[in-house]
Amino acid sequence: MFSIDKVSMSYRSGVFFSGKRHSVLSDISFQWTPGECLGIIGESGSGKSTLGKLLLGIQKPDSGTILWNGKAVTDHKNRRGSISAVFQDYTSSINPFYTVEKALLEPLLHIGASGKPPYPVLDSLLEQVGLDSSCRGKYPHELSGGEAQRVCIARALSTKPQCILFDEAISSLDGSVQMQILELLKELSSTEKMGFIFITHDIGAAAYLCSRLIIMQDGTIREIVHTDQLKSVETSYAKKLLNSVIL
Amino acid sequence: MKLLSIMRRDKWAAVCFTFLSAVIAAGIFAPWFAPHPPEEVHMELRFAGASWTYWLGNDHLGRCVLSRLIYGIRPSVLWVLAALSASVAIGAFAGFAAGYFRGKTDVLLMRLCDVMLSFPGYVMTLAVIGIMGPGLEHILIAFVLMKWAWFARIIRTSVLQYSNSDYVRFSKMLGLPGVSIMIRHLLPVTLPDILVVSSSSFGSMILQISGFSFLGLGIQAPNAEWGMMLNEARSVMFSKPELMLAPGIAIVLVVSAVNFLSDSFQRMLDPRLMSSRPIRLKQGFSISTRLKEREVA
Ligand SMILES: Nc1ncnc2c1ncn2[C@@H]1O[C@H](COP(=O)(O)OP(=O)(O)OP(=O)(O)O)[C@@H](O)[C@H]1O
Ligand SMILES: [Mg+2]
Repeated sequence: MFSIDKVSMSYRSGVFFSGKRHSVLSDISFQWTPGECLGIIGESGSGKSTLGKLLLGIQKPDSGTILWNGKAVTDHKNRRGSISAVFQDYTSSINPFYTVEKALLEPLLHIGASGKPPYPVLDSLLEQVGLDSSCRGKYPHELSGGEAQRVCIARALSTKPQCILFDEAISSLDGSVQMQILELLKELSSTEKMGFIFITHDIGAAAYLCSRLIIMQDGTIREIVHTDQLKSVETSYAKKLLNSVIL
Repeated sequence: MKLLSIMRRDKWAAVCFTFLSAVIAAGIFAPWFAPHPPEEVHMELRFAGASWTYWLGNDHLGRCVLSRLIYGIRPSVLWVLAALSASVAIGAFAGFAAGYFRGKTDVLLMRLCDVMLSFPGYVMTLAVIGIMGPGLEHILIAFVLMKWAWFARIIRTSVLQYSNSDYVRFSKMLGLPGVSIMIRHLLPVTLPDILVVSSSSFGSMILQISGFSFLGLGIQAPNAEWGMMLNEARSVMFSKPELMLAPGIAIVLVVSAVNFLSDSFQRMLDPRLMSSRPIRLKQGFSISTRLKEREVA
């Protein structure tokens, strides 16, 4: 359960110590319920990734609160193992000096698994995302983009989190691979009862996967709409955004 | 462990490593290795050639060249290495702090580096000597003071490049403390850069120490130091050129060995550069050599 309440965020701009700030997010409020698949869409620079970082607790908002199951998300003890993420840039999502195995072990070790590496668990994770267990010894540069992204998904799945945040996780892949990964996610959401927060600028993909969409522009939420009522959006920005896809 | 497996794979690295270890050991245990006391003067043996008692001959005061060479390892190699490690350590500390935490830490540290770097190195060293008096240890202190800023800048750039990457973001999301992210995720990837800059400045530091010794500001006669041996031999460069050979070759060998070793460490630590190995095992020699050529180009 995520509750985001009146969150604002700004970055310093210009010369250091000048004190000038430009606002990236203002007054964001929404809820995420367990098992839900929530899409966040908006054009480039609308603050989606920044919102993602706040949700993951990597950064603190300037004002407002983000609660994960009723506790502050910025304290990593509150989110240990229950939130995970997959990022956009698959070329830098895995430490170039780590093998797939080591990368998959990192979250497991962090939530306290110890002793011998749980190889059967790793193999079943890889199998779940459609990879062969022979990938375990490979380095990231020996994987294709789609494979690397699948490893990242497997890494996110490894701690069996309640919520996985995808920040443009499929945008840099080509069409057919995108489709495969969307299928995979859809399957996971029904079999594993996991919820997703899916950040993208691709409305088609978001509409395919998500039950609810948040439409963002310039750091504010324009509209929150259920996917089955996409036709009945109210604000002009959302209409424009949808038309540009449908045409 | 890792070192051993690297050595097994790369014969050249093994040669360089053995050579450097031998040099360092000879320097540390100089009194046992040197056949004669380095400052023992035998005027009757001035400029004597190589003999069974004096393997590399005698210099203009009849002192044993080999013994002076071995004692010279201490200031020329050991102390330079110590000063280098100190400045790399300080530079890495500052560079990691600036590149990882960014913000105010970064600005403060980098302005401090700018200030340090805006003085010409030689002038600063001379100033330190002017204040503290001549002597090897003062030159070394001046080196550490001047060089760390340079290392900090380079290491910061390298850290910055990786600290924004998604795998670091993932570890932050897991809640790993900053120190362990730096050690596990940033140090290994920046290590090649650190190795290259430190090995390339090793040579220049040896030469600078020699330069200061020549000016009479560094190590004081009659102590042995390679740069000073070169300078002493310079006055008889045309009549006795062989006297320049011993310290000259020693400097060249040590500097090249350090550079070769850092190169092969870099190659062996980075899995992206190792990629030719498994293919060599599976498919014979030709592909691996072709891959190597591409790496070089
Ligand atoms: N570390 C930072 N420092 C300063 N400004 C930043 C920083 N990160 C993001 N911004 C600014 O915040 C704004 C929103 O960036 P953000 O990355 O959240 O956009 P986005 O919606 O994810 O865009 P995209 O679809 O291209 O990924 C941009 O104007 C950007 O310049
Ligand atoms: Mg983004």
